[in-house]
This record gives sequence, structure tokens and C-alpha cells, in this order.
Amino acid sequence: MSEKLVIIGNGMAPGRMLEHLLEAAPDRYAVTIFNAEPRVNYDRIMLSPVLSGEKAFEEIVIHGDGWYIKHGITLYKGHRIVAIDREAKTVTSDHGVTESYDRLVIATGSVPFIIPVPGKELPGVLSYRDLDDVNAMLLAAQSRAKAVVIGGGLLGLEAAAGLKERGMDVTVLHVMPTLMERQLDPAAGYLLQKAVEARGIKVVTKANTKAILGNGKVEGVELMDGTVIPATLVVMAVGIRPSTTLAKEAGLEVNRGIVVDDRMRTSDPAIMALGECAEVGGHVYGLVAPLYEMARVAAAKLTDSEDRRFVHSDTPTKLKVTGIDLYSLGDFADGDDREEIILRDASAGVYKRVVLQDNRIIGTVLFGETGDGAWFNDLKKKATDISEMRDTLIFGQAFQGGASSDPLAAVAALADDAEICGCNGVCKGKITGAITGKGLTGLDDVRAHTKASASCGSCTGLVEQLLKLTLGEAYNPAAVQPMCGCTSLGHDDVRRMIKAKGLKTIPAVMQELEWKTSCGCAKCRPALNYYLVCDWPDQYADDYQSRFINERVHANIQKDGTYSVVPRMWGGVTSAGELRAIADVVDKFDIPMVKVTGGQRIDMLGIRKEDLPAVWADLGKAGFVSGHAYAKGLRTVKTCVGSDWCRFGTQDSTGLGIRIEKFMWGSWTPAKVKMAVSGCPRNCAEATCKDVGVVCVDSGYEIHFAGAAGLDIKGTEVLGLVKTEDEALEVIVALVQMYREQARYLERIYKWAKRIGTAEIKKQILDDAERRRTLFDRFVLSQKFAQVDPWSERVSGKDKHEFRPMASVGFAEAAE
Amino acid sequence: MNWTAIGSIADIPLRGARCVATPQGKIAVFRTADDQVFAIDDHCPHKGGPLSQGIVHGAAVTCPLHNWVISLETGKALGADEGAVRTIPVRIEGERLFIALEALASKAA
Repeated sequence: MSEKLVIIGNGMAPGRMLEHLLEAAPDRYAVTIFNAEPRVNYDRIMLSPVLSGEKAFEEIVIHGDGWYIKHGITLYKGHRIVAIDREAKTVTSDHGVTESYDRLVIATGSVPFIIPVPGKELPGVLSYRDLDDVNAMLLAAQSRAKAVVIGGGLLGLEAAAGLKERGMDVTVLHVMPTLMERQLDPAAGYLLQKAVEARGIKVVTKANTKAILGNGKVEGVELMDGTVIPATLVVMAVGIRPSTTLAKEAGLEVNRGIVVDDRMRTSDPAIMALGECAEVGGHVYGLVAPLYEMARVAAAKLTDSEDRRFVHSDTPTKLKVTGIDLYSLGDFADGDDREEIILRDASAGVYKRVVLQDNRIIGTVLFGETGDGAWFNDLKKKATDISEMRDTLIFGQAFQGGASSDPLAAVAALADDAEICGCNGVCKGKITGAITGKGLTGLDDVRAHTKASASCGSCTGLVEQLLKLTLGEAYNPAAVQPMCGCTSLGHDDVRRMIKAKGLKTIPAVMQELEWKTSCGCAKCRPALNYYLVCDWPDQYADDYQSRFINERVHANIQKDGTYSVVPRMWGGVTSAGELRAIADVVDKFDIPMVKVTGGQRIDMLGIRKEDLPAVWADLGKAGFVSGHAYAKGLRTVKTCVGSDWCRFGTQDSTGLGIRIEKFMWGSWTPAKVKMAVSGCPRNCAEATCKDVGVVCVDSGYEIHFAGAAGLDIKGTEVLGLVKTEDEALEVIVALVQMYREQARYLERIYKWAKRIGTAEIKKQILDDAERRRTLFDRFVLSQKFAQVDPWSERVSGKDKHEFRPMASVGFAEAAE
Repeated sequence: MNWTAIGSIADIPLRGARCVATPQGKIAVFRTADDQVFAIDDHCPHKGGPLSQGIVHGAAVTCPLHNWVISLETGKALGADEGAVRTIPVRIEGERLFIALEALASKAA
């Protein structure tokens, strides 16, 4: 029987340890993980790009649910371990689950340090540690109000930049005279402050927080000198400390962190610890590279396969704020036995400093131009004597040995064992070896096979240069992201050529644009089908075999292969007759679940595919048509009751919502489109987080667009104010048509708008009446062909092969 | 082998699939763009998604639930995913299609 391995914590360090363990000994342990966070393992160092909106949470997941299932790992999400019984060898969670172990790994990470000032418990005071913190910040950022970040270190500055990017007015308070003083010397700290301030973030140094003010919620921060800075959000990012309470209570040896030896063993031979909670040789760590090294050592220990030991090494620091390049490594304090070489270029904002001891590099600070960081790191690691190149050392690798200043030459000259990816400890030779050995052609390939550039991404440029060096002309990093593996063209090029060359069928597109596969794939075919439906509404015959199943059978597939059905309820308004018809259908077909949706509709779930046409027939008799809840198309228009009923209503929001929905239903769009109309600025229909929304006011209709309330949370932008319902409809229709014609398949309105720019959209839709009218007319033409109820078509027999088996065989034999 | 008739090739849309109900569960029968016919279990090795509902491209199908790509020829998952689904022998006589039900029963036993 396999041994029982229990892991407390599901962060990046134990996740990586499991990867190594599964590779070396996949069947040795039955693994159980308890994660206090209610989710899978994700890349915590990429939270800053999630905060700033450059990435979505989905993109930073390291192990999805499928990974745990595939490897037979039991993952308890949202279970915090409250006790370890070392005698009985069991752990118990706060939900009462007790699990026994042969080996236990503690990876409880760290907790943010909260400075003990009055008001620290007020609502609106956050730390910056996990996704919950990020979500709370994003919610707070919607108010576009004032935020104060306490702490001018790595995390604090990333949080500040993210909040600024989300539209908040941000002030950073830092207790020391210069920012990031532990990683930067004062000169670089000064340049950093200038760069941060240039983004509109205020910086106050030597700022001692006295109290957080507020009555029931945060209202401001008071400094020792009496200054009060107003704020509705305070983020504390002043440091972390290892989370050791559990280990301490279990009687393990704990110092600053849980004390482990250089093979990650605690004072109890059956228990190991790793990650931010562990203390090795007097050091605790917070950067990912040493944590991943711990993971390697721990996995080796768990398989008894090799005697790998943890050795301390310096890790370079980089800031993940787009547009600010800094790099710092090792020891850069002044000293009598030390020399330094400095290069400053004030106009370019460049500062480089190399600290030497006995002609060897012991520390480096680079600001503004960090390309040589890896090279300096390599020289430092190998303790290379630099006296020969001392005069040109600071100019970087390209200036050594008469080499050209070609940036590629610098990378070419790196030794095979030079480290490229600090996070994952991947050297140059491993990357180039994988590129040639496995025939890799792009960045994503390299990430998948070597993990280089797959964590913080700051070595992406180096990896791209390696691709270029290894593949030569075959690699073009400037190339647009191709639609899929079937073509080297991007979505925009394909859309342009479809129009320019008059391509009107999928085979024509594939032939003329030199598709590399005979009939495409599940990525490009639905995209091409949409582009052709959109561009040639009167000429193109929709190819149902190129649609995802939901759009092919006009219902939503569920995890068990059954379907859900949502009939249209115009503007969210229904009646006794409609509800009765739904109740009858639910009874007749024994539908197991009926649910009210977020878009003011009723969802019937768990319907067998064979029953769909009969369900639709009954719904159709009651006057229902398809609600398109499955479509990349117009989904719902939510409304409030407006001036007909509400004492605050300024316009007939229900009527306008129904009018919009009746005008636009059936249209296919690049991604789903959800709308809402609110009758007054109280906004009960929540129009300000929709793809398109209307907020009625006394003087007319405020048109909103580009909101999001899913993976991303984003308030809408205001397109403009119009006076009449007719104008509102024309503007909305033209906007959606512009989106239909320009966006990339699966790109929601807010992402398209970010790419095109709000100003450009306003110019075309509001300022240019002629352009607006032609967009409107094209939408109207397209609707002639799109507004056919797909349910009644299928009730009348269309695509009937979809809904019944081809044959039933073998049952007689089985009965014998 | 004991061949069982399941219908005609015209019953299946080009680049599409139909199901055949059997005592051992549903079998998905696929017709590719170039009129090849394949039969596999209608059950993705990942999470049991109905492969017959996926998009057919080349001699492969993409599962509708989580986009695993399954080779119709070998039943194996393509790309970085690992897993396989049972393949069932198919014979085409003119327009008529047969599957080897015997192989089905013995494999299930």
C-alpha cells in the first residue's frame, strides 16, 4: 500500500514539490492537500498583473482542478488545519476532517505583517497577499476614490501601480528615506521614486503612520507629524512573517520560521516544512527561486532518491510594474574593501552600479536598462576575475572582447549554464536544448516544456532572444499571435482579408490564406464561421459543424452531458401564463433543477438531449422563443421597473429594455453581450457593469459600455448622453455593430474597447452621424437573416439527426 | 468478427458525429471531411464529456467540455494531455456502416 503524504498548504512551493515528486515516484504516495484558501494552486507572484488588469486569474492558475484529479490527489479547498497530533500522526481541519499521515509537509507560507496602529481593524484596511485581497482591492477601486498604500517595497509599489491603473488616486507611504531601500541604493531609489511619481502616484517618504482614522470604515491615515491623508482604502504592504503558529503548537522547533535542516526536515523526523514558513540556516525566504529550490530538495528527500541539499544563494530582485525596469542583486553597501563602477545617463534615466571586491562582482543595481542583469549575475556566481574588462564592464556584455553591440550577441555569448529564468532555475543550455531537441517554435512552447519565463515573466525577452538565436529567421517575436496552430495569421489579418479578398466560405478562407491543416481546428473554425456570418449575412450559409455544441443545439451543455434551457423573457418581464407553461414543462419532463439567473431569466437544468425538441415545442406553444443563453450573441437585457412603477424612475426603462431586446435578439457577436437599462442613477438594473448599459436620467439616456463583472470586474465607461429613446437605440445598435465588425472572436466588448480606445469609439459612434447610420443599417440587414427562432425551427424538424441516436444495437445479446 | 449494421454514412453529417446506443453505453460514430468513419466510446478520458458533441477536425475531435483533443484513429489524447478512449472497428460497405459489436462485448467483459 502506498504511504500517506499529507500537505498543509497549497501554494507555489508545495505545488512545485509535487511536480518533482510525481515525476520521480508517481505511485509512491497517496497525497492529500489541505488548502486554507478555497482554490487551486496559482502563481502568487502574478497577482500584481491581475490587479493591474494585464492578466486574468485564469491565466495565472498553475494546477487546475483537472491536474489534481488526474494525479489522484485529494484537495480540501478552504480547509484550515487547526491541529497536528504528532503521536497519532493525524491532522485535523477546521471543518472537522481528520487525516492520518506517514509523512507530513508543512507549507503554511507567511502572513502579512500588520502594523499595530489604532484603526488597523477598520473595514477598508487590506493586506496584499492572496486573490481575496486582490478582489477586495478591485472592488474598492471601482469607486475611483483615494487609496493609501503603506510600504514602499516591492509589494507596496506593485499594489500602488495596480490601483492607479484601475483609476484610483494613490499615495504611497514609506517609512525610510528612499523606496525599496533593502534592494536599491539611494540613487536608484531616487530614480524609482521619480518613475513612480511620473505615473501620477504620490510618494511620501520618512512617513511614520500614527493611526488609521475612520468611523465604521476607513476615512484616512494620520502620520506622526500630524498630516492627515484622506483615503477610502488602505493597503498594508510592510512585510511578511512566516506562518508558524500551527508548528509551534505542535511542539516543533520554531525560530523566525519553522526550523528545518538543509534537507527540509523539521525537528520531527516524520514532518518536513518548506516555503515561506521554513527557516534554513538562519534564513527565511520570500522570493520564488529559493522556494522552488526547497521544493526540489524536499521532493528528493521524499523519494530518498538523491542526497540533495539546500544551499543559500542570492536572488535578483525585479519589479513587476510595466515600464519600470530595475534589477538588484547581492550586496551593494559601501565598504573600505570595496570598489564600485557607476554609469549614469540622466536624460535616459539610466543608472548602473556594480560593486566589486577583489576584482569580483558582489552586487549590482541596475535601473532603466536591465538587459545585462543576467550577465552580471553569472559573473558574480562564478566569481569571475573582471580585471581584464574592468574599463568596459559597466557598458555590459555587448562591449566585451570587441563584440558588436547587437543585443543578440550578448545572449549568444552567455555560457550554457548561465541562468536565464531565476524563478525556476532554468539555464540557457536547457532552453536551447529543448528548442532544438523538441522542435519548439514559440514562447508558449518553451514555457510548457522548460517552465522558463512561466512564473514572473521578467526573463521573457531573454527567452525570445534565445528562440531567435536558435531558430534564426524562422522565429519572429514581433509577429502577431496567430489565431491557432492552423495559420500564422492573427485574427485582425484574417478579418481584413475576408473582406478585402471577398472570401465567403470556410474552405475559401483556408485555401486563400494558406491554412496549414486540411479543415482547421476547434479554435479557428468557430472564429471563421462567426467572421463570415458577420461579414456576409445575406450570402454565407452558417456552418453548424463549425459551431460549439451549445450553439449547434441551442442549449447549454452541462458537466454530465445534459442540457439547460433558458427561454427569452423580454426585459426580464414575465406573466402568469408563461410561468404556468414553465411549471408544466418542468413537471412533464421531470426537470431536476429550476433556477433564476443573474440576467432575470428562468433556467431549467438537467434536460436530456433527446427531450430538447419536445421541451421547446411545449415552450413554443406558450409563446416562448430561445433565450440564446448559450450563444456568443445578444443574451439578456436586464431592466428595472422604471417610471411606470418606481417613485424615482425618470424614464420607461422597462419599455426601452424590451425594445432593445426585441430589436437585437438573434444577432451573433464575437462574445456574449449582456445589457441592462436602469430607470434612474440608483441603477437597480446594474447597468454599469454590463457590456452595454443605459442609465436613464431626467434629461435623457446615458449610454454606458465596456463593463465587466465576471473574470474581471470593471465599471462601464460613459459613451455619451442622448435625449430620446430613438437616439439611444441607434447609438447602441451602431456600437454593437462596430464591435461585431472589429473585435476578435471571443473578445468581450471591454477588451475590444481597451484595444481600440474609447476616444476612437466615441468619434465613430457619437461624432460621426453618417458612420453611425451606416453601422446601424448594416446591423438591420444582418438581423433579417438572424432573427429566426432556432427552437421553433428545430421543433419543425431542422437538424433532427442531432437529437436522436443513429441506432440502438446489441441489447438483445445482452439480454441473453 | 460479428459485424452489426448501424445505418448509412449519409446519416452522419460531414465533420460530425452520431451516437449508437449499446448495452455498454453510447458509441460515437464520426464522419470526417474526407468521408472516413470512426467509432469510439462517447466518453472523454478526462471527465467523461460526450465526444460526439465536439467539433470534428481532421481525424480528431475536440471534447465539448474542456477542449481535450482526441485522435479518432487511436483514441488517444493529442497534445500535452494523456489518456485514451476505446476504439471500435468500423466497416464500410458502399453506403452501409457496420461496427464490430462482438469486439465491444468481449472488451467490456
